[in-house]
Amino acid sequence: MFKKFSAATDVSGQTNVKSSVQRSIRSALLSQWKVDQDTLESIWPKKESVILVKCREHISIYTLHGEPLFFQHFDEPFFPTLRLVHKYPFLLPKVRIDRGAIRFLLAGAHMMCPGLTSAGGYLPPPENEIKAGTPVVLFAEGKEHAVALGVTKMSTEDMRRINKNTAVETVTYLGDDLWALQKL
Amino acid sequence: MATTIEEPISQAIPPISVRYCAVCSFPLEYCEFGSSFTKCKETLHEEDEDLYNKYYSEEALQKKLGSISLEAQSKLEKDTAAKEAKAEKKADAALKKKMASQVTIKRIERNKRKFVTSIHGLEAFGVDLKKVAKQFATKFATGASVTKNPQGLDEIVVQGDVSADIVEMIEDGVGLLKGVPKENIVEVEEKKKKGGD
Ligand SMILES: [Zn+2]
Repeated sequence: MFKKFSAATDVSGQTNVKSSVQRSIRSALLSQWKVDQDTLESIWPKKESVILVKCREHISIYTLHGEPLFFQHFDEPFFPTLRLVHKYPFLLPKVRIDRGAIRFLLAGAHMMCPGLTSAGGYLPPPENEIKAGTPVVLFAEGKEHAVALGVTKMSTEDMRRINKNTAVETVTYLGDDLWALQKL
Repeated sequence: MATTIEEPISQAIPPISVRYCAVCSFPLEYCEFGSSFTKCKETLHEEDEDLYNKYYSEEALQKKLGSISLEAQSKLEKDTAAKEAKAEKKADAALKKKMASQVTIKRIERNKRKFVTSIHGLEAFGVDLKKVAKQFATKFATGASVTKNPQGLDEIVVQGDVSADIVEMIEDGVGLLKGVPKENIVEVEEKKKKGGD
């Protein structure tokens, strides 16, 4: 989503967000992310407002003090930025790719099933199956911190069973143009 | 309502603070996948011996291999080296291009004794044109704007003949003009055609 993205050409404008809209975003975050009121409060204090940065192709980035906090495509679920996930790694369900897949991911590739089902990968146990179309955090074998965020293209049980094709579509990754945008 | 409600103690989970690489901006453990690995390593070695050992001691390197084969690992290392070489080459070329690019300061005669000054090429040196136009407007108490020239390239147009002052500002590296090499300045004069009045 953020390959070849530049603040100079792909941002169409910044606007304040009405307080009623801020409230509904806040409750959407509480229901979409694994986060409690207090932690969300420390990420985004109630008395402060986020700014909506409108970008090309219906991407909305929300910033606090200029720092991108989360973003959304159309009215799809909200994604925290990778930097926010580094601070709060539990916001979304997690999967892990093996070491061999890291360099492909960092080139912007989507993740294929074998990279997640191999010995170095990780998928949650069947009782915690992640459904298709769910935002997830991608961790990497041997690494402490998350490397990317993506959306599952099939359920985690199907990844195990089918074990080919795209498992997770990469949305943002370490070193992409959103990563480079520390301030907006 | 206003009686004895105490501030509830926040149950917020504290954030993790990740140490990012000063060179490539990645978390330190991901430097090996960046395009400046050698420099990342050197910098960390100088700054923080302990952290350096955490990531690059023999033991750490052994552990890191994880489930991938030695063959895949050496492929990765080759890949990283190639990436680095490419990034270096690109940076070199960009620097060369930058150092060769000219800044044209043109004095344009509009009417008898009326001039505007156009400045082109500052963006090659990472100068924010809008901001520097504002700097000129303030300094010379005149109008200054960023416009597209007939070739479709951005240039700054300042009302009045301020070409000599701008050359001086670049030479002195004033404000936003810091880092623009004075050797790259080209001064041009555009006279009004004779008999055009
Ligand atoms: Zn680095």
